[in-house]
Amino acid sequence: MAYRKTVASLVAAAALVGTSSASYAATDISWWHAMGGRLGEVVVDIANGYNASQDACKITPVFKGTYEETLTAGIAAFRAGEQPNVLQVFDAGAATIIGAKGAVIPAQDILENAGVAFNIEDYIDGVRYFYADSDGKMIGMPFNSSTPILYTNEDALKKAGVEAPKTWEEFQEIAPKLKEAGYVPLAQSHLPWIFTENFKSRHNLQFATNNNGYDGAKDTKLVFGDPIKNHFTAVKGWLDDGLFGYYGTGWGDNQTPFNEGKVAMWLGSSGSFGGISKTVEFPFSATYLPYWDAVDGAGTGTFIGGAALFSMAGKPDEENKCVASFFQYLTSPEVQYMWHKETGYVPITNAAYELAKTDGYYKEAPAAEIGIKQLTLPGGDWTKGYRMGFYVQIRDVMNREYGKIMSGETSVEDAFKTIEADGNKLLERFSKTTGN
Amino acid sequence: MKKVQFRSWWIPYALLLPQLAIVTIFFLWPAAEAVQSSFYLEDPFGFGSTFVGLDNFTDMLTSTDYGRVARFTGVFTLFVTFLSLGIALLLAVKADKVLRGASTYKTLLMWVYAVAPPVAGLIGVLLFDQHVGPLVDFFALFGWKMQIGVNYFDTSFAMVTTAVWKQIPVNFIFFLSGLQGISKSVQEAASIDCRSGMRRFWTVTFPLLAPTGFFLLIINITYAFFDTFGIVDVIVKNEPGNNPVTLVYKVYLDGFRGNDLGGSSAQSVILMAMVFVLTVIQFRLIERRVHYT
Repeated sequence: MAYRKTVASLVAAAALVGTSSASYAATDISWWHAMGGRLGEVVVDIANGYNASQDACKITPVFKGTYEETLTAGIAAFRAGEQPNVLQVFDAGAATIIGAKGAVIPAQDILENAGVAFNIEDYIDGVRYFYADSDGKMIGMPFNSSTPILYTNEDALKKAGVEAPKTWEEFQEIAPKLKEAGYVPLAQSHLPWIFTENFKSRHNLQFATNNNGYDGAKDTKLVFGDPIKNHFTAVKGWLDDGLFGYYGTGWGDNQTPFNEGKVAMWLGSSGSFGGISKTVEFPFSATYLPYWDAVDGAGTGTFIGGAALFSMAGKPDEENKCVASFFQYLTSPEVQYMWHKETGYVPITNAAYELAKTDGYYKEAPAAEIGIKQLTLPGGDWTKGYRMGFYVQIRDVMNREYGKIMSGETSVEDAFKTIEADGNKLLERFSKTTGN
Repeated sequence: MKKVQFRSWWIPYALLLPQLAIVTIFFLWPAAEAVQSSFYLEDPFGFGSTFVGLDNFTDMLTSTDYGRVARFTGVFTLFVTFLSLGIALLLAVKADKVLRGASTYKTLLMWVYAVAPPVAGLIGVLLFDQHVGPLVDFFALFGWKMQIGVNYFDTSFAMVTTAVWKQIPVNFIFFLSGLQGISKSVQEAASIDCRSGMRRFWTVTFPLLAPTGFFLLIINITYAFFDTFGIVDVIVKNEPGNNPVTLVYKVYLDGFRGNDLGGSSAQSVILMAMVFVLTVIQFRLIERRVHYT
């Protein structure tokens, strides 16, 4: 197949030389993504927009299922030599694809090789280094980037006569009033992402040794201190007092009661904005992810979740040039602004953010700005992200143990002991996969 | 038995070839690959790998979670096999006696057979949904607050119920044809000798059904072990969390979702060994007690 593609591109090149510019054969590139439903439609819009903007390259987006399925499909295709040009890989899979030296061409290289100016400072904080290597070189091009924020049901807050909390201390004060008003005060949709990874970032706490794992997989270990354990003890207390609702690991199971107006406040993704504004029948707003005032140095920014686009290795130069030109199109302020408005994901460049501001978008929808404002809050040593292998399984371990805390099968202390033991075992196993 | 001779020596081999090729390509070769990669920790993209000996096996067998998954698989298999065989047998015996509207009755019991496992799982998810599921509302009347996806027992209950519901029709069809194969003369002779219908069933009908029952037992254990994958996947919604999962589902989780090829291969080798042992037990111990007529 690779051979056939080479032949095809040679034929295309020959045709190009042989004919006048009138009959011009575009170079085809493929893009495997995991964006279903409405998001998938916007992805197709972006691809069509790119194809219409020039005629040297033609990109074809292909939907490959969930994030996990897309990564697995990409890996299987790579091993068979039939990889797509662009593969969308999610946050938890970043270590797998970046750790496989030679699987991808860094986004920075592909742009610079094609003669496109690249400056990592153009990208907003919290996005910039998440998919970069330890030297700060951007490997994956951030695509759908979101961060956890607190959505509030304005009717519920008004009824209870309270304001949205900035800190967890404030939450503890207002939660009983919301309960009295007939609401479950709080729910969340992703314990590992919101109450673990971004909890660490929001409080500027170390998450793993080796610089949160960026400095290499060998001997990377998880770090859990008192703040996060105290947090889970508090959450379990809220659950028992009816101040917090836990509806399992599924994202939707936890969002549904908020959409139905049973839960007053819900911690979800800034990318949920588009969906919520189309679904809910009550006035809603959003604010920053709360933090514990009692933790020293808390209140720092969060980092992104979501996925990035990786340019797969082993493709002819001509196609790589097309990938570069597509990345350039994708990161242009206009496209980023459109993506931001349509989906609620944050714009990834400062220029796109400025465009959204000057266009007055945040005047009509102030809640849409919360995610990006939170990402650009002052950072610290531990707010740029994490890089850990077999992270999908580590998240599964967290979900399992957190589930046990919620159902009372285990204590917070024991749960974190298990997460550390099982997680470190997985990290150790991962470090052996690279053959070092 | 009459001995049949082929005229040329190669004809039997040629006739066997397609079957052997299928077994080799789709079973022996992948199995050998799995055994090989179970001794390695490999980067999924295939750039590097480390030989780790039996580490994948010891890591797996010593982890607390693997024990829990194995225990659940055992209990799940037991319940699914026992309940789906038992209920199907009861329905078949009753259906055998129905005279009027028999075919309508039978068709109603059989149609579920045509439902694919993931679809069955989807129906289960809808019925047991913690926000809108009618069965959850129904059990709430009796004071049981079911929470699928949160409570381990409730989720197991939903899985077993869905898996049994899906499997009953297959067993029903086989039991019914087995019952209809028992000759009338034997049944009449039995009813002269013994008046208790219950006793007649256990001493005459049940032993005559044994070959069918034995066949179904194997089919059902295999079903509970492997074919319930779709049901488990749909009910846990691709997020294992603190939910019960079966051993086969864990192979998928680690291998395809987590890209841990070595660990996943080790698990499938363990499964292969288990199935092998199970097969030996079934044919050595149980089949001896079965009488074929």
